[in-house]
Amino acid sequence: MTTAQSPSPTQHPTPGPTPARPAPPSAAAIGLARTGLELRLFLRDPAQVLFSFAYPVVMLLIFASVFADEETPSGAPFAQYFLAGIAATGIMLTSFQAVGMGIAEERERGDLARLQTLGTPALGYFAGKAGQVLVTTVAQMAVLLLVAATAFDVSLPTGPAHWATFAWVVLLGATAGTVLGIAVSSLGGSSRAVGNGITAFAVVLQFFSGVFFVYSELPPWMQQVSSLLPLKWMVQGMRSVFLPDGAAAVEPAGNWEHGTTALVLAAWVIIGAVICARAFRWRRPA
Amino acid sequence: MTAMTTTAARPAGPPDSGSEPAVRVRGLLKRYGGRPVVEGLDLDVHRGECFALLGPNGAGKTTAVEILEGVRRRDAGEVTVLGQDPATAGRAWRDRVGVVAQTTGAGNALTVRETLDHYARYHGDPRRTAELLDAVGLPEAAGRRVDRLSGGQRRRLEVALGVQGRPELVFLDEPTTGMDPVARRQFWALVEGMREDGTTVLLTTHYLDEAAHLADRVGVLAGGRLVEVAPPDELGGDLRRTATVSWTEAGGTREVATAEPSALLRDLLAAHPAGEVPGLAVTRPGLEEVYLRLVGPDPDPASVPGPACEPTGRTAEGALR
Repeated sequence: MTTAQSPSPTQHPTPGPTPARPAPPSAAAIGLARTGLELRLFLRDPAQVLFSFAYPVVMLLIFASVFADEETPSGAPFAQYFLAGIAATGIMLTSFQAVGMGIAEERERGDLARLQTLGTPALGYFAGKAGQVLVTTVAQMAVLLLVAATAFDVSLPTGPAHWATFAWVVLLGATAGTVLGIAVSSLGGSSRAVGNGITAFAVVLQFFSGVFFVYSELPPWMQQVSSLLPLKWMVQGMRSVFLPDGAAAVEPAGNWEHGTTALVLAAWVIIGAVICARAFRWRRPA
Repeated sequence: MTAMTTTAARPAGPPDSGSEPAVRVRGLLKRYGGRPVVEGLDLDVHRGECFALLGPNGAGKTTAVEILEGVRRRDAGEVTVLGQDPATAGRAWRDRVGVVAQTTGAGNALTVRETLDHYARYHGDPRRTAELLDAVGLPEAAGRRVDRLSGGQRRRLEVALGVQGRPELVFLDEPTTGMDPVARRQFWALVEGMREDGTTVLLTTHYLDEAAHLADRVGVLAGGRLVEVAPPDELGGDLRRTATVSWTEAGGTREVATAEPSALLRDLLAAHPAGEVPGLAVTRPGLEEVYLRLVGPDPDPASVPGPACEPTGRTAEGALR
C-alpha cells in the first residue's frame, strides 16, 4: 500500500524516458522577462545611467550658457531651440548607441551564445531591448524636460497636439534607433570596433542633423545628407514640439513636414528590421 | 554532494542500449577555411550513458559538440540528437538539451539567485532555484554577484543553468578546466548524480583521470575522427597488454616489449642463477601512454597539452580506478 513517502501517481503522469514536457514559454513571455532583466542590468551599470541621464542635461547646460545672449532665427531663446536637438540626440544615444554597443559586448562575452543554446526566440530578445529602451527614454525625457523648465526657464508646450507629436516622435525615433542598433551590432567586428564606429558615427551625425547648430544655417549638402537619416527628422519633429508655431516658416521646407518625418522614421524601422532578420547572429563567426 | 533529484521518474542504472541512441553521428565533416577540423566522425551515445570525448587541444572536440548542440553548421554527414537534426530542431528540442559550454556569460551584475530565477523563465518545466542551489553546492553564494564568484563557483552556476530545464541530454564542454582539485572532485560527484538520475551526459575533456572516473565509455578523438571507443579500463586493448621488461646487461639497459613477460622473466632468471637480475623492471603502459600512442603515431611531447600528462600511470599499478 502507499505510504506518506511514496510518490502520488498524479505527480508522475507520464513516467518513462520521454515524459511529456510542457512547451517552452512564448516569445512574448520571454520578451517581458528580458525587459525586466535589461532594466535591472541598466540600473546596475552606473556609467550607463550617468550617460543616459546626465549627458543630455550637461549638453543643455553648455549650449544654453555659451549662447545665452544669442537669438535663433525664429526668435526663440537658444535653450529652447537646442532642447529639441538634445531631446532627439538623447533618444538616439539610449537607443541606437547603447543597444548597438551593448549587443556587441554581450555577443563577445558569450551571453548571446547562452541565449542561443536556451532556444531563446530572437524576437523575445529584441523585445527586451526595445522595452528597456522605451522605459529608459521616457525617464530620460522626463528628467531633461524637468531640468529645462525649472533651471533654464524653457516654456514647455501646453496643447495636447504638441504632446501627441512628442509621443510619436519619441516612440518612432526610439524604435528606429533600437532596430538600427541591433542591425549595426550584427555587421561584425569586435565590441571595441563596433563601439568606436558607432560613437564616431553618432558624433558626426549630430553635427549634420542640426543638434549643435541651427539647422537652417547648415550648408545645403549637409542638409541633404542628413535628410536621408533618421536623426535630422527626430530633431525637426522635436522643434515642432518645443518652438512656437511661427518658427515653421524658418524651416527649409517652410513647414514641419510631419508626414515626411513619420514616413522616414517608419522606413528606417523597416530597413533595420530587414537587416536584423538577415544578419543577426548569436555568436561571432568562428 | 547532494544528488540531483527529478520529479519525472526516469530509470537509473546501466545504459539502455536497446532503444534509439541519444546521439547518432555518421560521417560528420566540418572545415574552417578549407582545413578539416572534424573529418568523418562516427559516434553513438546511448541513452542514460556518460560518454567522454577525449582528445588534445585542437582535436575537434568543441567543434563536434557545438554541431551536436545545434549552434554550428556542419559541412557534411548525418547527425541525430534526441531523434532530431540539431541544425533544424526547434525550441521544444532545445528545452530537452542542456548545454554547459566553455565560454558563456549570464548578466554579470546579477546575483546567483537572480540569474537562476531569470533563466527559469525560458523553460517549460524548470527546476526550483533552491533545489538547483543545493544540487550544485552554491546555497551560501546565492546572494553574491556573478562577477564576484570564484572560478569554481562560476562553473557550478554554469552547470546549474545547464540542467535547469530538466534536460534529457547534457553537453559538458571541458567543464573542469581551471578548477582546483577539490572543486573537480565535487564537480565529478555532481555529474555522477546527473547520470544516476538517468540523464545522458556527453562530456569533453583532456584530463585522462576525469574521463576514467566519470565515463561509461571513452572516445579518443584525434585528427577530427574517433581513433578508439571503449570503456575506460579497456582503452588501448593490445597496447595495454604489452609489457616492457628492462634490465641491465653489459653496462647498458636492455628493453624488450612482450605480451608474455613471464616467459621472458623465466629465461632471465635462468640466465642469472647466482641471484639478482640487475636493474630488473616490468612495466605496463598506463592510460597516459596508451592515450599518447592513440592520438598520434609519433607523438611529439611538445605538441601534447600539459594537463593531459598530469595524471600519470607509468607503472603497472597505474591502471585505471
